This record gives sequence, structure tokens and C-alpha cells, in this order.
Amino acid sequence: MRILIKDGRVIDPENGMDAVNDVYIVAGKIVAVGDGPDSFQANHVINARGLVVCPGLVDLSVRLREPGLQYKATLESEMKAAAAGGITSLACPPDTDPPLDEPGLVEMLKDRARSLNQAHVYPIGALTQGLKGERLTEMAELHEAGCVAFSQSDKLLLGSRVMMQAMQYASTFNFRVWLRPEDDGIADSGVAHDGEVATRLGLPAVPVCAETIALSKIILIAKGTGAKVHVCRISSAEGVAMVREARQQGLPITCDVAVNHIHLSEMDISFFDSNCHLIPPLRGISDRDALRSGLVDGTIDAVCSDHAPVDEDAKLVPFGESEAGASCIELLLSLVLKWAEEINIPLAVAVAKVTSEPAKILGVEAGDLSVGAAADLCIFDPEQHWRVEASMLRSQGKNTPFLGMELQGKVKYTLANGIIVYED
Amino acid sequence: MNNPQLNKNGKLQHLLTTEGLPASILLKILDTAESFVGVTQRDIKKVPLLRGKAIFNLFFEPSTRTRTTFEIAAKRLSADIVNLNIAASSQSKGETMLDTVNNLSAMNADMFIVRHSQSGAAHLIARHVRPEIHVINAGDGRHAHPTQALLDMFTIRRYKRDFHNLRVAIVGDILHSRVARSQIHALTTLGVPEVRVISPKTLLPTKVERLGVHVYHDMEQGLKDVDVVLMLRLQNERMLGARLPSAEEYFKHYGLTQEKLALAKHDAIVMHPGPMNRGIEIDSAVADGKQSVILPQVTFGIAVRMAVMAILAGN
Repeated sequence: MRILIKDGRVIDPENGMDAVNDVYIVAGKIVAVGDGPDSFQANHVINARGLVVCPGLVDLSVRLREPGLQYKATLESEMKAAAAGGITSLACPPDTDPPLDEPGLVEMLKDRARSLNQAHVYPIGALTQGLKGERLTEMAELHEAGCVAFSQSDKLLLGSRVMMQAMQYASTFNFRVWLRPEDDGIADSGVAHDGEVATRLGLPAVPVCAETIALSKIILIAKGTGAKVHVCRISSAEGVAMVREARQQGLPITCDVAVNHIHLSEMDISFFDSNCHLIPPLRGISDRDALRSGLVDGTIDAVCSDHAPVDEDAKLVPFGESEAGASCIELLLSLVLKWAEEINIPLAVAVAKVTSEPAKILGVEAGDLSVGAAADLCIFDPEQHWRVEASMLRSQGKNTPFLGMELQGKVKYTLANGIIVYED
Repeated sequence: MNNPQLNKNGKLQHLLTTEGLPASILLKILDTAESFVGVTQRDIKKVPLLRGKAIFNLFFEPSTRTRTTFEIAAKRLSADIVNLNIAASSQSKGETMLDTVNNLSAMNADMFIVRHSQSGAAHLIARHVRPEIHVINAGDGRHAHPTQALLDMFTIRRYKRDFHNLRVAIVGDILHSRVARSQIHALTTLGVPEVRVISPKTLLPTKVERLGVHVYHDMEQGLKDVDVVLMLRLQNERMLGARLPSAEEYFKHYGLTQEKLALAKHDAIVMHPGPMNRGIEIDSAVADGKQSVILPQVTFGIAVRMAVMAILAGN
């Protein structure tokens, strides 16, 4: 298959390109950007005039709900949703049922994903067996099976000693440990940020120090062990400041934020909107603003969708009993563009936050349009407006705080390995 | 942000919280309740205002007192009221709260009175019922208990006449109290210039001053020159965690005794939403003393709940 993508504005942050160009694809690989090979005969031409052509998006947190949680979503539904979101590489956390703590499970997931021929799936292995925070998993074995990093997902339950030893062991093999900073003793049964909204609504609260206490522990252990750490889904201004300082000290720490948290705050809970019940909780406006500027100055490397499809019944209960999470994979691009436009930064910077930067954290070949790279591309219309409606989401989860909102920037084509996996 | 309590004509559709309601609506409820006080004191304590209306007491959390007062209020308005103790029936069979509500709606309910242990339960139900059905929140988690707050306002007005020159102190477990939250919103809306909360730091929610109150940790300072003392119930389970060391220490610092009450104005009134823990948050001498209006609160509670039901049914 020979594909020519004509006249698009090619944004490839890794290669410093932002210009109208043609992209040539042969047999699933990019063979040229700009001037094509002599006598190139395309089987298929995509007219990208007025559209942006960028690397396929790389999403650091997508719950596919397989194995075990298919009542919430299936691999098929969520991979289709990913394609519609322009995502061609995704990392899935190990909090499946059973958790991804055995090589067999990881291989099965990778096989299932491969057979669907869509986005590349990169499983994050469980750091401890059953995510129980007691015994380490066979990280080297899991790595061979396809795990690119190790995490506790949202099951924190990690004592200081186990955390230290897990990070030491992982660093033996140069594996990166992904941790979401939250002290579960302090977070306890909280469901909302400890601020004026939780006070007004009478919701059990999670104070900011649940994040900063865990973060200080992570940073100090990283300092002591030299382990590479990726801080997942940071939520507070104080947390951003701590990561910034740790990076200034030269510690090998990277960081991501969920796209919900750069747009929403505790105020969006309004009258108990359970679609705003998220982990970590939506915090104050000043926290949200600190996350946005942390992203600009590079303290936060990447934005992820933190996609968590939840079945409808689990949200149709009082806020505190509802299941946390939002279905966001199809909104990631538009919401990152919205952030870029609101704070007036170049499109290429925004694109990097969902392509080249997360690819570096994953340590995989993705997120750029280099010649010879797999033809993973997202082609989007930066001007087109669309309204978020439950009926148009391909994900089985319709739970998003952005329902009914008008967004700008619409994916028109997604190519994975040179195959058109989505066309609007 | 639409106020989910008002219909498109700006009239009260549901009573879910005292927050965000204009003073005019709160005062209309109090004024209407005045007219019902007379009814409740007559020999024949019944008016035909809600004849033929079907009201369901949906109590997802056990309660005897509140449920009974709503039941009496509905009966005095000649409504048909059905009590459902749901904690012990459908929910334990796995039926969801909204399924229960839908089933009862299909039986042509006109009004639901909802009590639930989770904040926001009444809002959720109000959002999902048919538009002609009214929902009254009879207490949701730590969030709101608007009829309790309204009967407190009614009592305050009865004894103090005007809200605009009062100092009111709310004492106790503000953090877990739906009553306190509803009282604070009602008091500030009705123009009380100084609302104080008195509590140890472990029983105060974050940024509570944003609700428009002054925070005190010392009972002697907090009670000084107040006109109204609103005591809160301290749940026994608060002693189980690390919020408080003991009931004795709590009583010593935050229990209302005659000595502490003497710091308030000489004609200050003492209120309590019940049920009281004598010797924990309030001394018997105060609870039964001449400044206590705790029993009149109960009497007025019927009239206020009648007023709320009558107003909702008419909107």
C-alpha cells in the first residue's frame, strides 16, 4: 500500500517541523516527508489541505478494561475509540482483573490488541503481585512479555520499605516505575478535593497533603536509589512545585497530568455531577492553573487522557458512591488544543505533549514522523467544531464531564502502521 | 448554573438545600408556617389542602423522629402518606435507588421525602423524577437538612422577631453536620449579620469561613454576647477515630453548661435539633432550663413541614 498525504500542515515536534508538506507512506512506513521518491505512484491519496498532519497520539493512561472488566468496556470498543481520538500508541495500567502481574496475561493482552490491528498497546506491569503492595512481581519476565514500565495504578497501598525496594529492584534493570502520588491513609475515603466545594456539599475530602506527602516520599527514595520515576496524574500546585524542584536537582523524574485536570476544578462538581468524580480529585482553580503552567515550563512532560470508561449505572448513584473515572480518550486532542489556544502557545508545543514527549517516557519508537518510522499519524482539522454527545462516543463509557460542550479540533483520519484505522 | 430547586417560573419545585434560595422563598415558608401553627393547636388538627395527594417517605437511612414529623405534617394536610423503610427492603435486594424511585413514580407519587446517608442523594433523585413530582430533602449525608434549618429559623423568628440584629453561634461537629450547613445558609440569607461556628479543629471543614461564618475554637469567646445558641448532636462514633479523645474532654470544652451560657446575652435562646446527648454536648440543666426552646422547635417543625409541602404542591 502506497499512501500520499498531500498538502497538510505537517507538525512533527521531534524533528522541529511545522510546514505544509506531503507525507509519503509505503508498506506501513514513512518513506519521505516533503519531496517524494521519484515516480511515486500512490494507491491512495489523502487530501490534507487545511488539515494538520501530526504523529499519532501517544496516551500514557488508557484503561481498556481487559482482562476481566468487560462489562465496563471491551478491547474492541476502546481501541475503536482510541482510533477516533487519533491515538496510535497507548499505555494501559495494570489494574485489570486479574491485574497484569503475570507474563501470560500480558502476552494475551498484547496478542488480542495486535489482532485488532489498531493502536499499539504498551502494558504497564504491576509493581507488586496482585497490586497488593507486598511482594514484587517478576519485572524482568514481565518486561520480556511486553511491559514497558511498572506501577501500582490506583492501588497505592505501598509501605515505604516496599516502595524503596521496588524502586531499587526496578532500577537494577533500568525500568521506570510509575507512581501516582497519594498517601491512602490521608486520602482515606475522600471523594473530592478538600476545599470549599467539598465543604459546601458535605463530601468526604482528600487534602492536598495526601499528594505532597506521597510525592516527598517518592522523590526522596528516587534520590536515594537513583531509580527512574514517572509521576502519574499530578493534581496540585504544591505537587507541581515539588516536581519542579526535584527536576532542577537533576533527579530522573518525569511527570504527566490528566487532561481533565488542566480544564476542570472542584467548581465543576456543581450539584454533585458524578462525571466529575475523578481520581485524583479535581482541585482548586489555582491548582488547575499551576498544572497548566507546569505543562508549559516542562515540569509536566505529557498530558494523558486517563481514560476510564465506567458503566452508566455506576454513575447513577450519589456522588460518594459513584465509581470514579471519566471516558476521555476521544477528547484528548481537542482538549489539548483548547489548552494551547487558551494560553496562546504554538500548536507544535501542544502536539508534543501528546506525541513525542509521552513517547520518550514510554521509551518506545513513536510520536514522530521520521523517515523509516512506522506510519502512525493523526490528521485533524484544527478549525472544525464539534459537540460532545454520548451517542457519538465510540467508547463504551459515556461518562465525561465535557458532555454537551463544544470543542474545536476534530480528528479526520488516523493511520496506524500505514493502515487507515479511522476516517471521519 | 441552573438552580435545580426552582422551576422555570422561578418557583420552588424541590426543597433540597437552603443554599441558593432567595430570602423571599425562605420567608414565604416561614409565613405560611405561621398560619399552620394555629391548625396544629386546634382540636381538629387537619386541613384539606393536600387531599388526594400521594406522598412517599423514602428513608434510605433509619430515622424515627424526622420521618414521624413529616408523616404528621402530611396527615394534617390530608395527604396520603406511605412510609418506606428502604434500608430494610429493596436496596438489600440489590435494587438501585433510582429504580426504587421509578417504581414509586409509576404508582403516581406526587411528592418524595428523601433521607439518605450520602450527600447529594436528594439532588440525584430530583434530577431523575418526572417534572410534576416534588422532592423534599429530609437529610442527605453531611450536605443538607433544609426543613430542620427552616424550623430553626422559624423558632428564632418567634423568639427574636428580627434576623437583622442577631449574633448566632453554632456549636459542635460542623464537619459532619448537614444541619449546620443548612443553618448557615439560611441564617446568612435571612440577613443575620454575625454567624459563628464553635468547634475543635478536627470537627471543622476546610475553608468553612467561605460560607460566611466566623470561626471560634474557644467556647467562652464564641458564646460571648450571642442571642442564639444552636447546639449540634455529637455522634458517638466520632470518638472511635482520632478526631476526639473522649466524651469527657469534649464536654469540658464544648459542652453547653449554665456557666458557659451565662456568657451569652441574658435572654439568649438555646436550640438543639435532637436527639440530644445529655452530658456530652449539652448539660441537662441547660436542656431543661428556661432559656431552652428545644421542645417548641419540635412543635414548630410540624408547621414548617406542612408549609413546605403545601407550597411545593401549589407550585
